[in-house]
Amino acid sequence: MSDDTSQGRPGTEVATVDEERYPVPDPGLEPHIPRLTDVDERAANRATRQVATFFGLVPLLSIGFVVVYFAVPGNVWVDFGPLRANTRNLLLGLTFGLALLFLGIGAVQWGRKLMDDEEKIDYRHSAASSDDDKNYMLTELDKVVDESKLTRRKIIGRTLLAALATILLPMIAGLADLGPWPTKKKRAETIERTIWAPGIRVVQDVTFEPFKPEDIEVGQLINAEPANLQDLHGSEYQTEKAKAAVIVVRMDPNTITIPPSRQDWQIGGILCYSKICTHVGCPISLWEQQTHHLLCPCHQSTFDLGNSGVVVFGPAKRALPQLPIALDAEGYIIAQRDFTVPVGPSYFERDSRNDYEVGDN
Amino acid sequence: MRLLSSRRRHPAAKALLLVFGLFMMGALYTVTAPPAPVSAETGNSQQVAEGKALFAVGCASCHGLNGEGQISGTIQGPPLAGVGAAAVDFQVSTGRMPMARPGEQAAVKPNRYSEEEVAALAAYVATLGPGPAIPEPAEYDTANISAEDLARGGELFRTNCSACHNFEGAGGALPNGKYAPPLKGLDNKRLYLAMLTGPQQMPVFSDEVLTPEDKRAIIGYLNVLHERPADGGLALGGLGPVSEGLWAWIIGLGGLICFAIWIAAKGAKAK
Amino acid sequence: MAQPAATVPDESAVQAQTPKKELGPVFKVAAGPTKYLDDRLGIAGLGRPFLRKVFPDHWSFLLGEIALYSFIVLILSGIFLTIWFKPSMAEIEYEGTYELLRGIQMSEAYASTLGLSFDIRGGLLLRQMHHWAAAVFVAAMLAHSLRIFFTGAFRKPREINWLIGVAMLTLGIINGFTGYSLPDDLLSGTGLRFVDGLIRSIPVIGTWAEFFTFAGEFPGELIIPRLYMVHILLVPALLLGLIAAHLALVVYHKHTQYGGPGRTEGNVVGFPVFPVYAAKAGGFFLIVFGVLTLMGATMQINPVWVFGPYNPAEVTAGSQPDWYMGFVEGGIRIMPNWEWHIGSTTWSWNVAIPGLGLMGLFFGLMAIYPFVEAWVTGDKREHHVLDRPRNAPTRTAFGVAAITGYSLLMIGGGNDLVATQFDVSLNAVTNFLRVAVFVGPVIAFLVTKRICIGLQRADHDRLIHGAESGVIDRAPSGKYSERHRPIGPGEAFRLIEHDETPALLPVTDVDGMSVREIRGEQLRRRATRFFFIDTLRRPTRAELEEAARHHAHGHDEIGADGEHHAIEAEEEHHLAK
Repeated sequence: MSDDTSQGRPGTEVATVDEERYPVPDPGLEPHIPRLTDVDERAANRATRQVATFFGLVPLLSIGFVVVYFAVPGNVWVDFGPLRANTRNLLLGLTFGLALLFLGIGAVQWGRKLMDDEEKIDYRHSAASSDDDKNYMLTELDKVVDESKLTRRKIIGRTLLAALATILLPMIAGLADLGPWPTKKKRAETIERTIWAPGIRVVQDVTFEPFKPEDIEVGQLINAEPANLQDLHGSEYQTEKAKAAVIVVRMDPNTITIPPSRQDWQIGGILCYSKICTHVGCPISLWEQQTHHLLCPCHQSTFDLGNSGVVVFGPAKRALPQLPIALDAEGYIIAQRDFTVPVGPSYFERDSRNDYEVGDN
Repeated sequence: MRLLSSRRRHPAAKALLLVFGLFMMGALYTVTAPPAPVSAETGNSQQVAEGKALFAVGCASCHGLNGEGQISGTIQGPPLAGVGAAAVDFQVSTGRMPMARPGEQAAVKPNRYSEEEVAALAAYVATLGPGPAIPEPAEYDTANISAEDLARGGELFRTNCSACHNFEGAGGALPNGKYAPPLKGLDNKRLYLAMLTGPQQMPVFSDEVLTPEDKRAIIGYLNVLHERPADGGLALGGLGPVSEGLWAWIIGLGGLICFAIWIAAKGAKAK
Repeated sequence: MAQPAATVPDESAVQAQTPKKELGPVFKVAAGPTKYLDDRLGIAGLGRPFLRKVFPDHWSFLLGEIALYSFIVLILSGIFLTIWFKPSMAEIEYEGTYELLRGIQMSEAYASTLGLSFDIRGGLLLRQMHHWAAAVFVAAMLAHSLRIFFTGAFRKPREINWLIGVAMLTLGIINGFTGYSLPDDLLSGTGLRFVDGLIRSIPVIGTWAEFFTFAGEFPGELIIPRLYMVHILLVPALLLGLIAAHLALVVYHKHTQYGGPGRTEGNVVGFPVFPVYAAKAGGFFLIVFGVLTLMGATMQINPVWVFGPYNPAEVTAGSQPDWYMGFVEGGIRIMPNWEWHIGSTTWSWNVAIPGLGLMGLFFGLMAIYPFVEAWVTGDKREHHVLDRPRNAPTRTAFGVAAITGYSLLMIGGGNDLVATQFDVSLNAVTNFLRVAVFVGPVIAFLVTKRICIGLQRADHDRLIHGAESGVIDRAPSGKYSERHRPIGPGEAFRLIEHDETPALLPVTDVDGMSVREIRGEQLRRRATRFFFIDTLRRPTRAELEEAARHHAHGHDEIGADGEHHAIEAEEEHHLAK
C-alpha cells in the first residue's frame, strides 16, 4: 500500500510516493480500532436507545406543531427573561425546528456509533482522459469535419458564423425598451427638474401645513415638501418626492456666510436646502443646530448649511443644492423657482464642477 | 373601653385630645389633599429668588452670574436669555446640567436637584428672556391616544426623528464624537421637552410648526413601539443588519460548525 | 450508464444474478418496482461507480454542505413566501393587523409582507428562516472558500470548480440583495436608493444603466417586480445549474483529503456514500434545517414593520445593508470625495471606485488566484492531498491579508455604530480606516508569514529531534536540556507529506527563448523567490537518518521506557549546528 501506484489509466500525472518527496516512507493506513459500541454491547444498546429516542420524539413535535398552528392565536406574547416574543411564532418554530434537529441528530448518531465505520479505500484516476480516448476524439472529429464538407466549402462556415452572430441582434434590440432613453431632452424632463416652481408653498412633510418665518426659531429644522406634492399619488408621488424633499433651517445670520448672489434666497437666516444627498441620494436630516453641519446617515457626507451647503467631510463632492425662497402675500414661505442645479447624485453627462463654487449659481 | 372612659376627667385629657385631633387632621390632609403643582410660574417671586440662589451656586461658574454666558478657554457656557423654563427643566432633570466637565456633549447623569429646585431654577432662567414654557401634562399625556394618531405619530417620527435616533429610537452617531441618545424608557415629558427646546445639537421643533398634537402623536407612537415585544424573538441589540450578520456568523455558522465537528469526530474507542 | 445489451435479458439471466443471501421483506417489495425502472432507465448501472463511493471525513469538509443545505432551505421557505407575497409597487392604504401602520399609504409588496408577518400562520417564522438562511448561506460559502483556499484545494484539476464557486458566491450575494429589497421597506429602500445613485454615477453609461434598471427615474413602479424575477427565477436557476456542475466535478475528481498514513495522491480514504455518508450528510441536512428553523423561532431578523414602508424622504440612523454587502458599504463610506471633470463630463470616482471597483477587485482576485499560483510554481501535477496552511506560508499570508482588508472594510461599513457603541468620534474612525485598509493587510501579511514559518520550524524540530517529553535533565556542568521522544512513523509521515516548490534563481540558459519568454520566465522566477524563499524545506531522508543516528549515538543505554537520554557532548553538537 505504501508504494501504491495509481491503478488508473495510463498517462496519469498523479504523483507517486518516492524517495525524494517522502523521506519518511508511508507507514500505510493505521490499523482499525473498533469503537466502544463495536465491542461493548451495553454501549451499543445505549447508542441504539439514544437514536430511537431522538427519532421517537419527532412525531410528538410534529403533532405539536399542528396543534400550535390551530390553537394558539397570533396576539399573545411570551415574557420570559430577555425573550419577549410572539408566542405562536416561537412555538411553531420550536416544535418544527426541534423535530428536524432531532431527526438529524438521530441519523448522525446512528452513523457515528452504530454503522460500520471501517474506512474504505478508493483509488483515484487522473482527471484527464486516456490517450486512447483522446486519440479517438481527434481522429473522429477529423472525420466529422471531413464528412461535413466544411473544409471544402469554406463559405458555408464563414456565412454561418456571420449569421449566428447577427441572430443575436434581434434579442439585444428587443431589450431597448427596458426604460426610457436618457437623452438630453429626457434628462431635462426628469432628473434635472423637480416639481418646485415659482410660488409653490413650502409645507411640513406628513402634515402638509404651511408655515411663516415667525413660527420658526433659531436652531429649528423643518422637514418639508412642496405643497403640490399632495396632488400626486402612487409611484408618481414617490418619484417626485425623491427629488423635491427639502429641509428648512433657521440660523443666526451673524454666524453664517451668505454669498452676495444668494442674499435674496433666504429670509432672515431661514434657508431652504435640498434634502437629497449629492452622494448617492439618501435623504438627510441629521442637522446639528450649533455647528450648522448636516450629516447624511448613509455614508457620513457632511454639509455646512451655514456656508451654502459645501461638503466638509465624507465622500460627497457636490454642495447641497439650495432652494431660493420668498414670502407670499399671506406671509407663508414659498419657493421662488425650481432648484438652479439638479438635485441628487452626479452623473457623467453633466459637468458639475461649478456647482460648489459658493454662490455662483 | 372602660380604661379610657374612666379617665375622662383627667387634667391632661383636654390637651391630649387636642393633640390627637390635630394629628388626625394632619394625617387626613396629607393622605387626601392633591400634591401642590410644582410649576415655574414666572410671577412667583419667591421661587425666582430661590432659583437665582441655586443658579449662583450650580450654574454661574459657566453661565455667568446673570446667565449672560461665558465663552473662553475651556468654559463654554452659552447665554441663557431666551432658552426658557422648558430648556432648564430638560437639562437639569436629566442631569445633563451642570456638566461634569467640558466636552463635545453633555452626558446624562443622575440629577441632584429635587423637583422644586428644578422648578425654581426654571422660573429664574425664564425671567432672563422669553422662551418655551414647560408644557402642561395634558400635552404629553398619551393615555387615550387614537389609533389614527399613533400611525400619524409613526410617520412623523420616521420623517423627523429616525434620521438621528434610528428607526426605533436606539440612538445614532453624530460627527466628532457626538451622538443622538437612545429614546427607550424615557418619560413623555422629557421627550416633549427635548423636541420643544432642541438641546445642544438637536434642532428645535417649535409648537407652531410641529404642533403639540403632532408631538403627542410621536410620543404615543414611541410608547406603544417600545412596549410591544419584538414579535420575531430576541431583539439582539436592535442595531439592524450589522448585529444580525454578527449573530448569523456566531450562532448560525458557529453553531453549525460545532455540529460539523461532532459529526466528523471519532467517538469513544475501544482501546 | 446502462450497458447496451444485444438482447433483452431473460428471466433466467436475472435470476442467476440475484445474490444468494435471503432477501429481507423491504427488498422483496422493492424488487418489482426497481426492475421496472431498471428496464427503462438502467439505474442499476449507477451502482458500480456511485453506490460505494468513498468520501473522506473531516469537519472542514462539511462547510460546503452547510452552504448547500442552506440553499435548499432557502428554496423551500422561498416557495412558501411566494404564495402570499405580492411583487407590486401599487399604492394601497393598509388596513391590516399591525395597528401602528393602519391607514398609512404603502406599496402592495410591503403590505403583503406585513400580511405574511402577522396574518399568515407560520409566515413570520418562514420569513425569518428565509432571511437567516440567506445570511448563513453566504457565510458558509465564504468559510468554505476560505477552507479551499488555505488548504490549496483549488489546484489542478479543481481550478474550474473554484471558478464555479466564485460565481456562486457572487450570485448568492446578488440574490441576497434582491431578496431583502423586495418588501420595499424603509431600510432596504434606502439601499435601493444607494444603488440607484451608484448606477447613475458610473462613468459613460451611468444614466442609461439607471433608466434601464428602474424603467425611468427612481423609484418608478417596476423595480420591485424586476428584482422579484431576478430573485426567484434567474439567479436560482443559474445557481442550481452551477451547483449541479460543482457537485458533479467533486464526484468526478473525488474529494481531496488531508495527508496522513495511508493517504496518498493516488487514493482516497474514507467512508462509503451508503450507508455512513448518507446518514451523516442526510442527518446534517436536517440539522442545518433545524438550526435555521430554531433561529427563525427565537431570533428576530429584519422587522420590517418597525422600519415602516419606503418613503424617499425618510431614513434611519444606522442604515446598513446585510452583512455580505458590508465591505462595499465600508468602501463607499471611507472613500475620499474624488470627482474628475473633463470637458463637459463628470467622472464620479468617489462612487465608482468603491462601488464597482471593490466588487471587481474582490471577486477578480479570488478568481485569478489559482492561475497566478499555478504560473508561479510551474506545477502541472494534479493535487489531491491538501496542504496544511503552514506549509504554504505566502499563500496563507495572502489569505489572511485579504481577510484583514475585508474585515476593515466591514468595520468601515458600520463606522457610525462603532462610534456610538465604543464612544469614539465618527470622523476619527473614518480617517483611521482610510489608512488602515492599506496598512493593515500588509502588516497581516508579514505577521502571518512569520507565524507560518515558525510553525514549520516547530514541525522541523519535531522531525529531527522528536517530541518534547517535558522531562528536563540537568547535566553535571549545570546545563539544562529537555529529553525528546522520537515521533511515530504515522506522525512523521504526516509532517513530511507536503509539496515543496523551490525558489529559483534567475534563468541563465536562454537560447531558444524569445525576449518575451525570457522576461516572462525571469518574472516567474522572481515570483518563486518571493513566494518560497523563506519556506523551510523539509529534511531529506539522509538528514533524518543522521539525526536518528545522533540521538542513538552516545547512548549508554536506551531505557526500558524507550526514552533516550541525551549526554553533554551530544548537546554541544546540536548547538554547534
